[in-house]
Amino acid sequence: MGTTMTRLQPKNRVLAWVEDRLPVLSFLNAHTSGYYAPKNFNLWYYFGSLALLVLVNQILTGIFLTMHYKPSAELVAPGISAAFASVEYIMRDVSWGWLIRYMHSTGASLFFVVVYLHMFRGLMYGSYKKPRELVWILGMLIFLALMAEAFMGYVLPWGNMSFWGAKVIISLFGTIPLIGDSLVEWIMGDYLPADATLNRFFALHVIALPLVLLLLVVLHLGALHEVGSNNPDGVEIKAKKKPDGTPLDGIAFHPYYTVKDIFGTGFFLLIAAFIIFYAPTFGGWFLEHDNFLPANNLATPTHIKPVWYFTPFYAILRMIPSFFGTAVWGVIAMFGAIVLLFLLPWLDKGMVKSVRYRGIGYKIALGLFALSFIMLAAVGAGVTAEKIPEWFGEKADATFIENLFGRFWTFVYFGYFAFIWVYTKFGFEKTRPVPERVTTHD
Amino acid sequence: MANDAVVDKGRRRFLTATTSVVGGAGVALAAIPFVKSWEPSEKAKSAGAPVLADIGKIEPGQKVTFEWRGLPVFVVNRTKAQLDTLTSVDARLRDPKSENTAQQPEYAKNEYRSIKPEWLVVTGICTHLGCVPDFFPELKPEPFDPQWKGGFYCPCHKSRYDMAGRVYDGVPAPANLAVPKYHFVDDTHILIGVDPDKGAA
Repeated sequence: MGTTMTRLQPKNRVLAWVEDRLPVLSFLNAHTSGYYAPKNFNLWYYFGSLALLVLVNQILTGIFLTMHYKPSAELVAPGISAAFASVEYIMRDVSWGWLIRYMHSTGASLFFVVVYLHMFRGLMYGSYKKPRELVWILGMLIFLALMAEAFMGYVLPWGNMSFWGAKVIISLFGTIPLIGDSLVEWIMGDYLPADATLNRFFALHVIALPLVLLLLVVLHLGALHEVGSNNPDGVEIKAKKKPDGTPLDGIAFHPYYTVKDIFGTGFFLLIAAFIIFYAPTFGGWFLEHDNFLPANNLATPTHIKPVWYFTPFYAILRMIPSFFGTAVWGVIAMFGAIVLLFLLPWLDKGMVKSVRYRGIGYKIALGLFALSFIMLAAVGAGVTAEKIPEWFGEKADATFIENLFGRFWTFVYFGYFAFIWVYTKFGFEKTRPVPERVTTHD
Repeated sequence: MANDAVVDKGRRRFLTATTSVVGGAGVALAAIPFVKSWEPSEKAKSAGAPVLADIGKIEPGQKVTFEWRGLPVFVVNRTKAQLDTLTSVDARLRDPKSENTAQQPEYAKNEYRSIKPEWLVVTGICTHLGCVPDFFPELKPEPFDPQWKGGFYCPCHKSRYDMAGRVYDGVPAPANLAVPKYHFVDDTHILIGVDPDKGAA
């Protein structure tokens, strides 16, 4: 199937004239009413369209924020940069500025909520497997671009956590042998994160990365519509077709799934509005307390920690000690944790897609993998460091216990990839028969 | 181009290849100014001048932070008791003899890592990922180390350093705190950024 575009012939003469020269309507039709998706989508299938919704929110609110924000670290008052002052100005003096900013900052966190759930759906139902490897790769590239976008956005208010977060993340590149130090200076454009750094991050955040993100999203959807959506049963619906050539278990994306997604949107907006209006900092998880203080290059916040969505990877970075006189190993492990996800379509040799019909070993491994992600997030966010003295007493060696805990879950995270390769490559997996057609809503 | 369909494929391939190479080289050369524009500007470079620090009022056991090139430079007036602890922690350190020559100038490669034993001058930047370590000078058990002998503790990733800025073993930081170039102008002033008897950094 794929997207075979039927040429529409509109009755309206103006539309017909346009359509003859540029088939816009035919293109839109092919990707909405003409796109057949499996009829057994469940709750997990909301998060793709919600991610798109958040992307639109970020672009719209972002455009309006740039109209008031000043990307400058020059001091306008003792210790207060123009950037920090302009964010305060948006919050206090710009009409409805607080709402636009909170929509943007809450949107950033919710973006990662829906993207992580969207990715977990892909793992659960084997959506990364043949023929959807490229959909998965493009999705992972979106994830990478999104992380860079979020990091640079967090630097812009030039609060103390912006400054120190930038410093720590940029220093990661300093661990690369030989070129590291000059690479760090090149990225910062100074000997420490400074005006030059803030200005270039602003440029990347508001124009370069959004363009890359939009292009990747178009490619992600294009690749998806070419091969067709997977579903909770992992059944290829194209195998059985109606006389008219459309899949027997498929329904038109529009109106069926547009209506479903609008329902999901309503529910999602309810939650988002609650956070925006009643808990915009989300107890320090969405906007950290230390970032309400202006950047100070001589005073490190007591606990430098990234925003929650980076914490699992940050924990892996922290848990790997340096040896042979370099700290590069933690950096390699952290990036490796993401690279392995890219390779998943080729590490998992199993023929059965959906977790519903996969072996018990896979089910346990997937559960442990999700748990390791949450546990590492807790380590990275400093939750364990705070709780260990409570649980084990003040006398306990907190560093030792935290390292033991964090390293165990780091091992589980990486172990997942090793396990599924061995499990599927050497035939240990005992799968259940996959039905010929999707199982629900007949 | 002639209308008859005779195509000299070798000639076409040669022209395509040479045009691509010349075009590619042009793109690479044109990228240089854009890449170079990210380097520290002349303004940023000139802001990196040496700093004269007045250490006359620093009490024994006290630490004062000076700023040089935007980096915090710790100057600590170490007490006799603090200096005496140094050898006792040697076994727990990664580089007790300061053998990593990148971390200090030759004149600070000694047991105190300093020019004058009591005066410690180190860059207050954790060698892990660049945070500023906190100063815990007292010889008492701390939550992060029950056998603490005084030194520096990084709040970011829990790296620990002793009273000479030497890193403990088994922490994320790979190296001792760096000693910047400095020298004593007189008994109460040091110039940070310039070696003794040498020109500017």
